[in-house]
Amino acid sequence: MELILLVFIFVLAAFLGFELITKVPSQLHTPLMSGSNAISGITIVGALLAVGSAGSQTINIVIGTLAVVLATINVVGGYVVTDRMLAMFKKKEGAKK
Amino acid sequence: MQSAVLVNLSYIVASILFIFGLKMLGRADTARRGNMISALGMLIAVVVTLLDRQIIDFKWIAIGLAAGAVIGGTAAKLVKMTAMPEMVALFNGFGGLASLLVGWAEYQKILAEGWAGYLMRNTGTIQNFTSTAIILAILIGGVTFTGSIYAYLKLAGRVSGRAKVFGGQRLLNIMVAALIVAAGIAFVTTGAGPNSYSLFIALVILALTLGFLAVMPIGGGDMPVVIALLNSMSGLAAAAAGFVIANNVLIVAGCLVGASGVVLTIIMCKAMNRTLGNVLFSGFGATDAGAGGTAMEGELKPISASDTYYVLEAARSVVVVPGYGMAVAQAQHVVKELGDLLEENGTEVRFAIHPVAGRMPGHMNVLLAEADVPYEQLVEMDNINPTMPSVDVAVVIGANDVVNPAAINDTASPIYGMPIIKALEAKTVICLKRGKGTGFSGLENQLFLLPHTRMLYGDAKNSIQSVVSEFKNA
Repeated sequence: MELILLVFIFVLAAFLGFELITKVPSQLHTPLMSGSNAISGITIVGALLAVGSAGSQTINIVIGTLAVVLATINVVGGYVVTDRMLAMFKKKEGAKK
Repeated sequence: MQSAVLVNLSYIVASILFIFGLKMLGRADTARRGNMISALGMLIAVVVTLLDRQIIDFKWIAIGLAAGAVIGGTAAKLVKMTAMPEMVALFNGFGGLASLLVGWAEYQKILAEGWAGYLMRNTGTIQNFTSTAIILAILIGGVTFTGSIYAYLKLAGRVSGRAKVFGGQRLLNIMVAALIVAAGIAFVTTGAGPNSYSLFIALVILALTLGFLAVMPIGGGDMPVVIALLNSMSGLAAAAAGFVIANNVLIVAGCLVGASGVVLTIIMCKAMNRTLGNVLFSGFGATDAGAGGTAMEGELKPISASDTYYVLEAARSVVVVPGYGMAVAQAQHVVKELGDLLEENGTEVRFAIHPVAGRMPGHMNVLLAEADVPYEQLVEMDNINPTMPSVDVAVVIGANDVVNPAAINDTASPIYGMPIIKALEAKTVICLKRGKGTGFSGLENQLFLLPHTRMLYGDAKNSIQSVVSEFKNA
């Protein structure tokens, strides 16, 4: 892939990110943070590629597998915990008179 | 070839789902669905990656995925809402370390097959570009990891939450940073080959050291900013890893998180009227009580639980100002119970939420939501302050700096200029506090000494519990 294209994507994504997250009610700051934290676990894709093509060298397997474990904790934990928090917000709305 | 196109198209779909997910996370009525949508994007990204022709061995993938899912899922299910800040910090650190390892793994591959073979296989990559990206992934990922772990230890109370400063600290940090820049440049210019391996290891160690050193001088009260910033950095680390392996979904998703994290960081800094530089480097709260502040006169006037009951019983409007102390004491449920009793008594009850109350952005909202406090009762600082003079009783539960009048009237105070909840304007102020010491930031609080302030000492949960039983027995 053309490298300049990757840089291009990066810059556009940065502007998009700034535009997406403006005027978030403070109630949602924690879920937003843990939800975006889960997205940063996208590095799991890199980890999967690393371990899947690690070959037979032990150090590559160790590094790759550790990366997969850590990224998966980040992804699964992040989404589950965010959902738990948001479920509380929702339940409360349902309980409203 | 066909599968490469399919994989990339799926990555685009995943990116779109992340964008929609983030957008929806920013609105109360769509937030939960937004989180689901972003999780769906992640699932798609993971599944199509497994179809990639580079992957030849699934054994370790299966083991890694299973172990990570069990650990992450269990931790997320079991964690208490009060412990949310440290949980997020920990997950964040793991993400950072994973990005570091992705960069490292790619470097190992390059070492194994040599640059010539590597560049042949990955057409379109340039040696200096890839080696720079590796350095960035190592650096950002490493700083994110140790910074988050140290923040986790501070938040979980495993180490002192106070800012730690020592002579020459800033000089040391600058030296470490300079060493990183020098080693990084040397690594790239010497060709990032087998001869650079020791440089590479040195960079890993330096990055890990810097993360630790950077969080050291930051006090507990500034943690919301640090968590937001580390969150942003874990995204940038993923984006850097994306540049290493020339993967667009890593770059898009990582950069989105990086940018949104910066926005949150800025919101937090504004809420404390401080610049990011000041938060990161000032060693705020490291000095002992009253440093720079005007000496205070007056005495602390204690109040008993039963007297508190009489005061509250007679009040027509009550504002509760929660802070970190409420989280520590796990008092949110009894606070809600007290609120209900007061409402039955015909009192108007509202909760005043300061943007940086607690240890992470929105911390108090999460706790009170857990206790089923209706959202309409939670009022943001700017909306509650104009109404404070007409409030009969302000009940401050384990909050300190966010109600400290020194921020308004003491130009010598380190927190001067920070917007606060003007609890002091209420007709009576009742402050719940564990003991007579200063708060997390180490600053004396003039609010406690005002003529119309009463101190209700003890564990916040027990104190509120006794007031609740007074209500029930009355």
